[in-house]
Amino acid sequence: MKKIRTHSDFERIKQEYLKKSSGRTIVLRTCLSTGCRSQKSVAVSEALWSSIEKKGLQDKIEIKQTGCHGFCEMGPIMVVEPQNIFYKKVTPDDTDEIIEMAANGGGVIDRLLWKDPVTKETVKCERELPLYKNQKKNVTYKSGRIDPKDIRDYIAAGGYEALIKVISTMTPDEVIDEIIASGLRGRGGGGFPTGVKWKICSESPGDIKYIIANGDEGDPGAFMDRSLMEGDPHSIIEGMIIGAYAIGAVQGFIYVRDEYPIAIDHLSGAITDAEEYGFLGNNILDSGFSLSLKIKRGAGAFVCGEETALIISIEGRSGMPRSRPPYPAVEGLWGKPTVINNVETFGNVPLIISRGREWYADTGTKNSKGTKVFSLVGKVRNTGLVEVEMGTTLREIVFDIGGGIRRDRSFKAVQTGGPSGGCIPMSRIDMPVDYDSLREAGAIMGSGGIIVMDETSCMVDVARYFVGFLMGESCGKCVPCREGLQQMYRILENISEGNGEEGDIDALLEVGQFMKTTSLCGLGGTASNPVLSTLRHFKSEYESHIFEKKCTAGVCKNLFDYYIDDKLCTGCSLCRIKCPEKAIEGKKKEPHVLDKAKCIKCSICFNSCKYGAILIT
Amino acid sequence: MKIPVIIDGQLVKVEKGTSVIKAAGIAGITIPTLCYHDALKPYGACRICMVEVIYQKQRRVVTACNFPTEAGMEVHTDTAKVREIRRMVIRLLLARCPDVPILKKLAQSMGIEDIKLKQKDEKECILCGLCVRFCDEVVGANAIGLSNRGIEREVTTPFKVLSGTCIGCGSCTYICPTGCIEMVVDGEKTGMRMEMGNISIDPCQDNYECETCDVDKEFMTTVKRVFAEFRNKYSSH
Repeated sequence: MKKIRTHSDFERIKQEYLKKSSGRTIVLRTCLSTGCRSQKSVAVSEALWSSIEKKGLQDKIEIKQTGCHGFCEMGPIMVVEPQNIFYKKVTPDDTDEIIEMAANGGGVIDRLLWKDPVTKETVKCERELPLYKNQKKNVTYKSGRIDPKDIRDYIAAGGYEALIKVISTMTPDEVIDEIIASGLRGRGGGGFPTGVKWKICSESPGDIKYIIANGDEGDPGAFMDRSLMEGDPHSIIEGMIIGAYAIGAVQGFIYVRDEYPIAIDHLSGAITDAEEYGFLGNNILDSGFSLSLKIKRGAGAFVCGEETALIISIEGRSGMPRSRPPYPAVEGLWGKPTVINNVETFGNVPLIISRGREWYADTGTKNSKGTKVFSLVGKVRNTGLVEVEMGTTLREIVFDIGGGIRRDRSFKAVQTGGPSGGCIPMSRIDMPVDYDSLREAGAIMGSGGIIVMDETSCMVDVARYFVGFLMGESCGKCVPCREGLQQMYRILENISEGNGEEGDIDALLEVGQFMKTTSLCGLGGTASNPVLSTLRHFKSEYESHIFEKKCTAGVCKNLFDYYIDDKLCTGCSLCRIKCPEKAIEGKKKEPHVLDKAKCIKCSICFNSCKYGAILIT
Repeated sequence: MKIPVIIDGQLVKVEKGTSVIKAAGIAGITIPTLCYHDALKPYGACRICMVEVIYQKQRRVVTACNFPTEAGMEVHTDTAKVREIRRMVIRLLLARCPDVPILKKLAQSMGIEDIKLKQKDEKECILCGLCVRFCDEVVGANAIGLSNRGIEREVTTPFKVLSGTCIGCGSCTYICPTGCIEMVVDGEKTGMRMEMGNISIDPCQDNYECETCDVDKEFMTTVKRVFAEFRNKYSSH
């Protein structure tokens, strides 16, 4: 009988599992999250199994198929414990060698180690990697260390202890007070204090209440929530059970977009396991408290990440936001009080309960406590999933963790908060990252996407891209969002095609400000942020597009030309060979010439030249 | 329990939770609307009814149609900010529907001469959703709905095919503020058909005579009579 009723049942199961796995001292942690899977990590994992079987080392070596480690770009990745050796880009052919080295307890395969692109030095241990060593992993600590498909592994790593503590020693009000005192704020972007939301819901009259986890992560370039759902589904479920206990909910939903099949698979497996062990279902841990959880798959509308639209979507209607008040905590799913939090917020809850409010409130800044998970992407050297303490500066994130800008180009801006966020320029790079500083700079925390841009990113084009994305994702209900985005997109399109006119900037500002104050929901209210923030920090770029008809970043094709600097060109002919239009001519070791009439501005020559001889005019 | 609310300097007492627009109505103040109707649940989509409220020292811009009043709330329906918002709503809608009479009239009353925005569309529907909501909430037929999202959004029948769910009551044509749903006299059986843009919906071809039909025939007869009277009255003007 697996069902846990008492604390001693729990300890027994934990000890049994620890004893069973204690014989196998060598552990290979292989990532089977989406990023590594796309690089064939499943085949690597299978090859590792067969190598172990071939050598008869089943009792010595354990392969742990984990979730995301964070360094997605280097996939498939794996870590050999106990030496903590980090291998990148592992192929099935490498597995025999890896197993042999691991079994002998020494030796490292040099070619699989990560090499610093600047210093060219290899790094052996996972914990010494620049991407990892400057992070503070709390929420994502278990992801990459445990097997997300095995509840016992989660329990052995300290999981469900917070739930046991809550159910056996705390009243619902004490739980809420603990969360309020910890200072936890919603990780979905709004930053509303989680405990306060729980308290409002708990005080709302009604015998039926609901709890919802929002895993509808739709921002382009963001994968924090996905990684957490794939790598550590039980922490979300545990957080939800604690939340449900606090507010008195009996039914919960996890809303996951259908584009995340692995997350759905791991979460549904985790729910089944938790039911089997008695953490979910009727009479949880013999306390009289019951909760059932269901997964609701989203059909891929960005707007369904907005809480009211998400609730309507769960109800089975097309996802369109409605006006608040009433807030979901008072009148939510099917008109009942509902708490809806981001999955990462729930992931923080067990940590706060088990380690205490003081521990949590100790990290972060005055008004933003704890850590935040970001997906660091764009033109940085190291891309991946990073978790840092609130208040870490953008410089630390981009240059220390991210390793700086690729190809030694210069930093231009970071876009935080996804399409509804804003661009932050170099002058603000020492700004601490927390809810209030970001808002003050015209951006938002959002769910936590950080896109780094360099000198080859055109800010007008960036704004045009995000506005275009939102125009396609706006539900179309209210006038400001539907018509305003369309107007802004037309203006931005004209500017980037070279048809910008005087007055365009004023029109963008006017429509943008109007959308901010009058839109029905958060999507429309923040949709003009990319335009307003780029106008605030990069106005000169707009002006050069409109008045001089120049795009200095070399993105807007009508507004620039490439040319070859004859002093810098060494005549290596690489550009000539690569040019698909045969627009470049020249003899070996002599400066080449580019024929503007033939050039289609595909940027292949520009990106392939090793001497920086191809310039933008 | 009645609570005091100050609307444009005028004190009115209303039931707690009454929407700002209803409270303003009690005070005799009209707030312009495009997607609001007394018989329907507030929708909050057109944003033309926005007003400024001051409550607990906080000044906010809210939609009057669905914002609940609280004791001591101060409402301003005609400030410079409110006028600016309304003008922008009309300008944006005119960029979409340049030839809709109600918008032109509103623009004239607000003194808008040049909308200063790029016009591309020549649509008639402003997507206020009144027809769809009336068909759902009042008639209960659900013959039309909103499909697609964003700029692609449109009022249509399910799957954009001729639908027999329509009972031909004509409510949608009546409630539409822009007149983009037309009632067409067509055929001998039912005598009417709704046309909106490139789609049309057809009332039942069998005159609601099948055994499985849910439509109350007596009700249908009354509806047809009322609308026939309405049409006659309308055409005689």
